[in-house]
Amino acid sequence: MLNKKYLALMVSAGSITLAGMSSAHATTLEDTIDSGEVQCGVSDGLPGFSAPDDDGNWQGIDVDVCRAVAAAVLGDSEAVNYISLNAVERFTALQSGEVDVLSRNTTWTTTRDTTLGLNFTGVTFYDGQGFMVSKDLGVSSVDELDGAAICIQSGTTTELNLADYFSANDMEFDPIVFDTSEQTVGGYEAGRCDVLTSDTSQLAALRIQLDDPEGSEILSDVISKEPLGPVVRQGDDQWFNIVKWSLFAMMNAEEYGVDSENVDEMLESEDPNIARLLGEDGNYGEEMGLEADWAYQIISQVGNYGESFDRNVGMDSPLEIERGINELWTEGGIQYAPPVR
Amino acid sequence: MIHNKETIPEQPAPKGTIGPIAWLRSNLFNGPINSLFTLLGLYVLYLLVVPTVQWAFIDADWVGSSREDCSRVGACWVFINARFSQFIYGLYPSEEYWRANIVFAMFFTLIAWMAIPRLPFKRWVAIFALIAFPVVAFVLLYGGYFDLPRVSTNRWGGLMLTLLLASVGMIGALPIGIVLALGRRSSMPIVKSFCIIFIEFWRGVPLITILFMASVMLPLFLPSGMGVDRLVRALIGLTLFQSAYMAEVIRGGLQAIPKGQEEAAAALGMTYWKRMGLIIMPQALKMMIPGIVNTFISLFKDTTLVMIIGLFDLLGIVQAALSDSRWLGFSLEGYVFAAFMFWIFCFSMSRYSQYLERKLNTGHKQ
Repeated sequence: MLNKKYLALMVSAGSITLAGMSSAHATTLEDTIDSGEVQCGVSDGLPGFSAPDDDGNWQGIDVDVCRAVAAAVLGDSEAVNYISLNAVERFTALQSGEVDVLSRNTTWTTTRDTTLGLNFTGVTFYDGQGFMVSKDLGVSSVDELDGAAICIQSGTTTELNLADYFSANDMEFDPIVFDTSEQTVGGYEAGRCDVLTSDTSQLAALRIQLDDPEGSEILSDVISKEPLGPVVRQGDDQWFNIVKWSLFAMMNAEEYGVDSENVDEMLESEDPNIARLLGEDGNYGEEMGLEADWAYQIISQVGNYGESFDRNVGMDSPLEIERGINELWTEGGIQYAPPVR
Repeated sequence: MIHNKETIPEQPAPKGTIGPIAWLRSNLFNGPINSLFTLLGLYVLYLLVVPTVQWAFIDADWVGSSREDCSRVGACWVFINARFSQFIYGLYPSEEYWRANIVFAMFFTLIAWMAIPRLPFKRWVAIFALIAFPVVAFVLLYGGYFDLPRVSTNRWGGLMLTLLLASVGMIGALPIGIVLALGRRSSMPIVKSFCIIFIEFWRGVPLITILFMASVMLPLFLPSGMGVDRLVRALIGLTLFQSAYMAEVIRGGLQAIPKGQEEAAAALGMTYWKRMGLIIMPQALKMMIPGIVNTFISLFKDTTLVMIIGLFDLLGIVQAALSDSRWLGFSLEGYVFAAFMFWIFCFSMSRYSQYLERKLNTGHKQ
């Protein structure tokens, strides 16, 4: 506990120093244009979110945020310097200016948003704690799990959420705790527990590793809120806007039916929403310090939100995560982007 | 009295005391209890080896390019195959691999040159290896000069990064360690207490803490925009940490030299540096070889800790590859590969040190 307090103190001391310094420096946008690369912090490997592929290129839904920002700012989605960060150093790296965007499956919470000198720019993925059960069990809802043996990874908030949920609903469970995710899967597979719980994005990755992935299913219920999104430093609102609207542009594009395939035809579109988005009507990039075609660059090089989701974590990827609440608001989900106008 | 003036001709050892069967009898089956243990041992070995061979070779899949090519009955070496160049070069851009290859070739040539006694010009090669080679290697790997595109250090990784960390750590730690060891034995109070404080501080802190301090705390104290490259931070932390250990190994060696040696040298009118350089060090370093190599091997393995500060060393890049959703679930193959690579390097270091000990043995060995 003492360590955490000390660290938080150092972090805030650091951010004060930084705030003092930043006035003397160029803006993040100018720095990025100067260096020709977006400095983007990603994880050190999380399936579907950020991981290097066979050719050494970073892939994932978090990585696509970095690419979108690079496309908007520099016109080239490949102009990104990826810096892999672990969970502890991610905020320091952002505060100290080592990275300018942190896109590393970071849950948006009050503490992080208000005490670290950081701003969350939106939600790329609404995650939540879910359950994986064997199909033989015939369970379809969490409420049927009273008395179940549940495999959990120790030391994570998962354990606390589970205890909270079960005591709130007056149910019993028998926790089987493991140290690493690999051991947890091993325990589940060996039949030590009936149910495995973790964030739904993790469950999908764990399920693939089973000998018989088809024999298990992920329940649609979730018992916690884990909105994951990109983070930027406080104090540079222009950069905050750029990162925020890069993501919104991808969501708006999906809503209006613009994707990387048809974006060139859509330039001719009569729909004023599309014309405004693609910079054919008015110049909405100018206020952010960008070109008029900023959103066109994002959509043509990275694709819209739905394409990114499907490619990295959705049905076109090995993870096969359902869109669920990550569907657009028009399709019954909660992903909603403000309009470009 | 009969005197036999002729020596009895040499005869072969009696049958039953030589040859493989005799060896088996005297070493493995010389009594009922030992025989029982031998059989038990063979049975355990059988239980271990057969499934391993079955998994690693007989049922294994070797060719292909994706997870669909793997039956998942045995090992899926396809994964290693698909990722091999990444395991060697990290995320280094593939069109620039030739630069890393030149550095690799120079690195191994220099090591071989220094290690094989027959080859001439040792002194010049050593000077080149210590002064020119690091500069050449840096220019090649990092680029930015002679029209070479710059490759930032966060793309360096794999075996290349492991070897870089280990060799910089070793080459840096040895001289610093020697100076610290001499300082700790010095009679000058300030030098002595500085060395003691330095050694005890770095030895008293876990390496993982040092790396964390370097990556999490240090950037907060530096003015923004003046960030030190994280690889450089890791290298400095690793070198200082190892030099403290090295100092203690060397001090142990120095203490084993009888005091008379130094006194005799002093009586001949030699200065401090001559006494150390000509009399004490040559004798002491020879005795320290096992200790120094031990430190080197542990350093080589400690380099994997840089993984926690987001650098992809050999083990780190294997783990990153395991988190690619197209290759989920092949962790065993990945870790076996990493372990094998580490074993190759550590085992060769150990063999070379044994050879060196035999070569330099001048009768100190009991």
